[in-house]
Amino acid sequence: MSLMATILAALAAGAVAPLLVGRAPRAAGWLLAVVPALIAAWLAAQVPRIVDGGPIRETVAWIPALGIEASFRLDGLALLFALLISGIGALVVVYAGGYLAGDRRLGRFSLILFAFMASMLGVVLADNLLLLYAAWALTGITSYLLIGFDSHSPTARRAALQALITTFAGELALLAGIVMLGQAGGSYELSVLVERGDRIAADPLFGPMTVLLVAGALTKSAQFPFHYWLPNAMEAPTPVSAYLHSATMVKAGVYLLARISPIFAGTDLWLWLVGGAGAITMVLAAFLAIHQTDLKRLLAYSTVSALGIMTFLLGIGSEHAVNAAMTFLLGHALYKGTLFLVAGILDHETGMRDASRLSGLRTAMPITMVAAALAAFSMAALPPFFGFIGKELVYEAAVHAEPLPPALLTALVLAPSVVFVVVAAVAGIRPFAGPRVDLPKAPHDPGPAMLVGPVLLGALGVIGGLVPAAFATGLVSPAAASITGTPSDVELALWHGLTPMLLLSGLTLLLGIAAFWSLAPIAALARRADVGGRIGPERGYEGAMDGIRAAADALARYVQNGLLRRYLLMILVAGTALVGFAFVGRGPLPSLRLPLDVQAHELAVVGIVIIAALTAITTRSRLSAIAALGIVGYGVALIYLLFGAPDLAMTQILIETLTVILFVLVLYHLPRFAILSSRAARVRDAVIAGTAGVLMGGLTLAAFSVQNDVPLSEFFGATSYPDAHGRNIVNVILVDFRAMDTLGEITVLALAALGIYALLRLRPRRT
Amino acid sequence: MVSLILATAARVVQPLLLVFSIFLLIRGHNAPGGGFAGGLVAAIAFILLAVANDPETARRSLRVNPRHVLAVGLLIAAASGLVGLAAGRAFLTGIFFDLPALAGGRLELSTVFFFDVGVYLTVVGVTLTIVLTLVEATEDERDEAARAAAQEEASERSHSWS
Repeated sequence: MSLMATILAALAAGAVAPLLVGRAPRAAGWLLAVVPALIAAWLAAQVPRIVDGGPIRETVAWIPALGIEASFRLDGLALLFALLISGIGALVVVYAGGYLAGDRRLGRFSLILFAFMASMLGVVLADNLLLLYAAWALTGITSYLLIGFDSHSPTARRAALQALITTFAGELALLAGIVMLGQAGGSYELSVLVERGDRIAADPLFGPMTVLLVAGALTKSAQFPFHYWLPNAMEAPTPVSAYLHSATMVKAGVYLLARISPIFAGTDLWLWLVGGAGAITMVLAAFLAIHQTDLKRLLAYSTVSALGIMTFLLGIGSEHAVNAAMTFLLGHALYKGTLFLVAGILDHETGMRDASRLSGLRTAMPITMVAAALAAFSMAALPPFFGFIGKELVYEAAVHAEPLPPALLTALVLAPSVVFVVVAAVAGIRPFAGPRVDLPKAPHDPGPAMLVGPVLLGALGVIGGLVPAAFATGLVSPAAASITGTPSDVELALWHGLTPMLLLSGLTLLLGIAAFWSLAPIAALARRADVGGRIGPERGYEGAMDGIRAAADALARYVQNGLLRRYLLMILVAGTALVGFAFVGRGPLPSLRLPLDVQAHELAVVGIVIIAALTAITTRSRLSAIAALGIVGYGVALIYLLFGAPDLAMTQILIETLTVILFVLVLYHLPRFAILSSRAARVRDAVIAGTAGVLMGGLTLAAFSVQNDVPLSEFFGATSYPDAHGRNIVNVILVDFRAMDTLGEITVLALAALGIYALLRLRPRRT
Repeated sequence: MVSLILATAARVVQPLLLVFSIFLLIRGHNAPGGGFAGGLVAAIAFILLAVANDPETARRSLRVNPRHVLAVGLLIAAASGLVGLAAGRAFLTGIFFDLPALAGGRLELSTVFFFDVGVYLTVVGVTLTIVLTLVEATEDERDEAARAAAQEEASERSHSWS
């Protein structure tokens, strides 16, 4: 139960968050962070057990009727991610307490943040694929709420919707892929499926399955051609950008790829699909990053590029590549989280986040500067920072990626690496160097709540570089081992001797510094060459959205034109067509056995009903029409009574009475009686109404002639009293046998009443 | 225009209708009736007051907001289903209690009856929400039209003075 307990603990923290923020707004962030910190501590305590023993697995009955279990599993890969989620989560919760201090929406914010944390933990701890999918979807929804947190801003709402729709499209693909995978492998448990790789590879749907699963991962991790949503998601408050959009959620796609790579990696399809998307993304996003001036967008594009590197490495899938991907992932989470938090501090304290104008803050914000510099050095891959080790491994993977051409791969990796040096300098160094500039606010270091996160994460980047063995044996090796399936012994070290990798690192740094000094012309060039706004995939997204909106608009204008007559017409036409199609399409009509023993008084009632119906449609007075309709209703009630259905008859009479009352009330609103429709329209209506009536009559007769083996009424008659202690079958069906239907019906009734109330009473008053 | 005869008759008939509606509700399990029919009769009892006098009289007689009746009804119906769930059976499974009652008789109670009570209250709430809202909207419109006409007249008069 302990794995599920971590998820429940995060949910519980979210539930009390609004209360706690209301009572103690200043301390709430610190108090709430205790929960994720404890989760992280518990997870850290499991490290030895995972390293020595192997994964922890536990199951809880979830949908027993379908044999679906909620199974959780903690292995090296899950542990690495879960530690990032809970550890960085704790720091972000504290940070948010300072960032949104005094904002009365902090409670709501914390609630959604914890809901996200719980979902994200669910994604990485789930062993059952359907459970993983559910948690995956919840991360998308909570992310939507967080991006659109500033719900009064149209750009925030649009960005939130764009992220939701893009990732949701991928989610649908993922679900389809999961179902195919589950069918092919005969199980939905990941731990079982990775053992059945051969059986799955032999499945005829192996190709489509790969494409669908990868599509889900690529949308989540903002890979080309779905990269556009992540920079736009920077509309979110900065704690969200740091947490969801750099350290955790966007890595869910990478997580999924790593998770399923034991099954899929090694095929050409996987290599070209995953490796190709990653390669394009890492280069393209690096190019797009270079001319950004907004700090957060700059960091966002570099994040997309970094995710591209991880995807690229998993696409290659060699042991080198997997080790590099996990090391780089850990390093990236540490430094990019820090840089986002620093960007938030700069924005918060100076009122500006234009990277091209911020400068000279070293004396005003010394502690922030230290954290920023630590992260920037790690990002630029300077020794002795952890980022350096990660970058070395990436180069190593590229150099050793036989049979692919090493020179090409190395060149591909070199491009984003150079840009990372530039981004690190622009985002982490330049705001603090140079002359002081005039700012909207007088800058100074923020309170401890906003400093503890960046300082701690930045410091971890150095510690990891100085004692890499701790990270290597505890986190990276077990994670890599769970992907490759073989015990992995990643040796992380700063000094490997004079290798090609060291030369490449030096070259990267030199090129990066050179590019930074001549940034202005390069950025101008890049801005001119950036045609994504005109022909990029984001235009495709917008075009599709516009198309859907226009189509829906046209359809609604036609089907729901505001005239009740049109609605009725549509319902009748659609209903008659569909029912008629099914009725006639079933083959020859059953022979109709007409019950011919009709009594005279029954005929009389039917005659009255028919005459009243004709009167209702021909009369020129509204009141007579209503009265005639009433006669039809009471006549039908009389028929019910004659055929031994007193319950139906009673209800019919009551409803008829109410209908007449409602009609009389509505009558006042109607204009003077007039015939407004053309003759042709009335003929059309008559034909449609007549067809619908004939069809219903035919259906009733057909139903009468179909003989079940045992009539339902006999079943209810036999079981009603013994099982349900009631003699009135109709009522027993309503409230016992079919109580769920009744509950649904009264809910619909209640909604209808509230709808009418809202329409008539809650509309803005005309002045 | 309030008809004195109808208003007086409504005052007498309304409690009778309410008693009748409860009778329908209780007997529903074994004979024609039930929460739906009973709820409609109860609603009609209040609508009669609204038509004979004015909606305000019906609201005063009901004492609570019909929308609250509706909500409470839905809650009771849903909650009666939870008892089955708590007993380890499926949601909405009928659970029966046999209680000793006055004078040595026995009272058979069940969650099914409470479900029917929920249906009864929901139907009362729904019907009264719809009807009273419509009646009041109609009257408001009439008042507004009258006020607009009066204002026009007043402004015309003031013009003729100037």
